[in-house]
Amino acid sequence: MRFVDEYRDPAAARALVAHITALVGDGHYKFMEVCGGHTHTIYRHGIEHLLPTSVELVHGPGCPVCVIPMGRIDDAIAVAQASGVIFTSFGDMMRVPGSNGSLLGAQAQGADIRVVYSPLDALRVAVDNPERHIVFFAVGFETTAPSTAATVLRARQDGVMNFSVFSNHVTIVPPIKAILESPDLRLDGFIGPGHVSTVIGQRPYRFVPEEYGKPFVTAGFEPLDILQAIAMLLTQISEGRCCVENQYTRCVSEAGNPRALAFLKEVFELRPHFEWRGLGFIPESALKLRAEFAQWDAELRFEVPGVRVADPKACQCGEVLKGAIKPWECKVFGTACTPETPIGTCMVSSEGACAAYYNFGRLHREVAVNMGGPR
Amino acid sequence: MCLGIPGEVVELLDSNRHLAKVDVAGVRRSINIDLLEDESVAPGDWVLIHVGFAMAKIDESEAQRTLEGLQLMGQAYTDEVRAVLESRIA
Repeated sequence: MRFVDEYRDPAAARALVAHITALVGDGHYKFMEVCGGHTHTIYRHGIEHLLPTSVELVHGPGCPVCVIPMGRIDDAIAVAQASGVIFTSFGDMMRVPGSNGSLLGAQAQGADIRVVYSPLDALRVAVDNPERHIVFFAVGFETTAPSTAATVLRARQDGVMNFSVFSNHVTIVPPIKAILESPDLRLDGFIGPGHVSTVIGQRPYRFVPEEYGKPFVTAGFEPLDILQAIAMLLTQISEGRCCVENQYTRCVSEAGNPRALAFLKEVFELRPHFEWRGLGFIPESALKLRAEFAQWDAELRFEVPGVRVADPKACQCGEVLKGAIKPWECKVFGTACTPETPIGTCMVSSEGACAAYYNFGRLHREVAVNMGGPR
Repeated sequence: MCLGIPGEVVELLDSNRHLAKVDVAGVRRSINIDLLEDESVAPGDWVLIHVGFAMAKIDESEAQRTLEGLQLMGQAYTDEVRAVLESRIA
């Protein structure tokens, strides 16, 4: 219980861990946390070391930075280097390596690349620089995509023509399905993503219990939320139930945000297929702008090389993203690949499993091992 | 980047542009509330903010709990707050 003391409510955490231990009994369970924010919380707070060894957490593909394939980074850099362009990006994407350097490297070589917090900040750069063309590097799941959609609608309403979006938005359900179809991974349930679900609600996850027989509990981001979600999953299993439940009721409703979903539908359509790092091509898993927004679609305005690039041989991000290996089992983890000089995406984002483990998890693990703990 | 951060709405600004002033960690910034226009956002409401947009209305006590949870995330939380404060949405 060494790790519990730093929690907001250590007594509640202790009680939950005792409850989980009782529910586990002689069983062995493997749960996937889909969202990178959860992975971060799990490693930061040593949750793995609080749990009985018979409860294993597998880190999933819900880190938008991590799942972007190298070829798309190359495409982004090509657009950023086009004449007259100001390229805008969330800060998380700047250090993601492409096959020939990152956006940060391209910036150092003279490309005008600016970090923005919001797509609306990018639109503002466009309004302030009418003689230039501003491209926004749109990444993220359904959490982020409605904001891009609202920004495109704003650009149309205000007649801002020197602005376009390089869309890499992805959707959360197809990779979950791909993982459920994967033959080499046996899971007993899912800790569902919190903020994606504020938009899509709980209904899209019903296929997980109904078609695959796995319980699914949407959770918040504090350590107690994660522990509670694990207890809810185990309770379902012990009672012989299997359904979608919501631990994060303070932010997530059953129906999600219908207005945000309407914005998505108005501006975006599904691509026939999209490449995911580690998961390969997944049908209907990503969003592109509808034809009526072609004016604001960077992929139509610029030469986008669109070359598929294989991950570096040494990099095992794909296996980490599928939950097939733990970060520390990767051959280059912590040696050739560190947050300062990342080889793979999972080491770049603070939500990536490798970066979270590198920064926090290994320290917790060392302490646990030194204390004669389980791992 | 999937972090959301709770803020308290202190003033509705330009309704045409769906802007509201929010208090985030003691500093006031403009955000866009278009995604919540069906839920009649008013001063005093707490909202979850992500990339400059209010994503969901949240209960005040729950917002405090979310904020405490985020603060436990340390660097990831301070990075998010800093990013919000650098934003110039108008």
